[in-house]
Amino acid sequence: MAAAESYPDDLKYHSEHDWARIDGDEAVLGITWFAADALGELVHFEPPATGSTVAKDDTYGEVESVKAVSDLIAPLSGEVLDVNQRVVDAPEIVNEDPYGDGWLIRIRLSDPSEVDGLLDLDAYKQVLAEQ
Amino acid sequence: MAQMLQRTPLHDRHVALGARMVPFGGWEMPVQYTGVIQEHRAVRADAGVFDVSHMGELEIEGPRAHRLLQSTLSNDLDRLAPGEAQYTLLTNERGGIVDDLIAYRLARHRFLLVVNASNHLTDYEWLKERELEGSDVRDVSDEYALIAVQGPRAIERLGLPPARPFTFAEAVLDGVEVMVNRTGYTGEDGCELLCMAEDAGQLWDAVLARGVVPCGLGARDTLRLEACYPLHGNDIGPETDPISAGLGWTCALDKEFTGVDRIREVKARGPEQRLVAFVMIERAIPRHGMPIEGGGEVTSGSHSPTLDIGIGMGYVPSRIAQPGTELTIDVRGRPRAARVVKKPIYKRED
Repeated sequence: MAAAESYPDDLKYHSEHDWARIDGDEAVLGITWFAADALGELVHFEPPATGSTVAKDDTYGEVESVKAVSDLIAPLSGEVLDVNQRVVDAPEIVNEDPYGDGWLIRIRLSDPSEVDGLLDLDAYKQVLAEQ
Repeated sequence: MAQMLQRTPLHDRHVALGARMVPFGGWEMPVQYTGVIQEHRAVRADAGVFDVSHMGELEIEGPRAHRLLQSTLSNDLDRLAPGEAQYTLLTNERGGIVDDLIAYRLARHRFLLVVNASNHLTDYEWLKERELEGSDVRDVSDEYALIAVQGPRAIERLGLPPARPFTFAEAVLDGVEVMVNRTGYTGEDGCELLCMAEDAGQLWDAVLARGVVPCGLGARDTLRLEACYPLHGNDIGPETDPISAGLGWTCALDKEFTGVDRIREVKARGPEQRLVAFVMIERAIPRHGMPIEGGGEVTSGSHSPTLDIGIGMGYVPSRIAQPGTELTIDVRGRPRAARVVKKPIYKRED
């Protein structure tokens, strides 16, 4: 069952419909409800390798629905500590719980000051309003 | 100039049902209502309904209708009695496939062709140019709506009597006069209902009221791909011949029709490439246009909701076309292993 539309206010957002949950010098990344809904039920998650680095605003992987492929855009730079293997095995979890069990990767931030450049909930809602 | 998208008589109903509408072959069509996978499963498990009114209908009538079609279509019309239908190809002089279609023999001297939406004008002009005295070709696409009801419980839900595949009959369904065609594009039992355009709304509502799930073109595509039905424009086209495409069975090579010599040649020497079906061994979703190592290309690819893996069709050199052969698909720069399988990928249990 796809989740109802929501955008938690404890997250930071990127205009490409990605979110980051910051925890010290680490962050968990995922895609927003809007992105998951626009794609439809996810059937594939192509993750980066653990230990590889991701760069802010660059592609770090892909998600696919039956009809579409979408690049995943890193909201922050860092080293990949962990990939959500449950989502690799059952990508539809992202549609069911985009901010919880549907997280995608966890990274160690290489430049924590980048967090200041992300959108807060109000700013992200502005982005959504312009869609 | 931006092309105006055409709308079927059911457009407003799709929008009211919350469908996601997309452009397809010059038409604005529902790609999904609730979700491609759910809709796909409804058709495999029970029954789904598709608005396929975008498809074209041509009527050919007259004492020479048979002669015109027998010389332009690949299959043998002599095997068709009134009340029967057949899958057949409109071929060009090079033996390429102008369109694939279903021919219905309405009467001895009257045929209906149901053709692909994006080819219907080409087909019409093709036949009109070759029209013989005594074979009147008419484009009747705007007069009709076409609704496909597909799935193991489709016939039962519609309250229709059993009938053989590729036959048709007149019926009245919940007050609407329909032509019930035992044909489809999903690999399931079911029918395609042809009705007058102005009756389409009433028919659609009646079918939904019988508990049939509305399904979009997204599910139609995954269903047909599992069943390995080619999609014209992707898997077959004016530059591909029926033998390489595995459609030799639709070609009566003992009769004369456009391009038959070229098709006989390919058959005699064996095709250089073949359209194969494959399933992914590694996790990945093949897509149209992806290269296949060894000189091939994916022509259709998707996630298979039934098998829960990536599946596809594509042309490969004949030496690697045998079922069981491993292929490597170039998935946006990543090599991913697949295996050639016997067609169809999905076959319903009888």
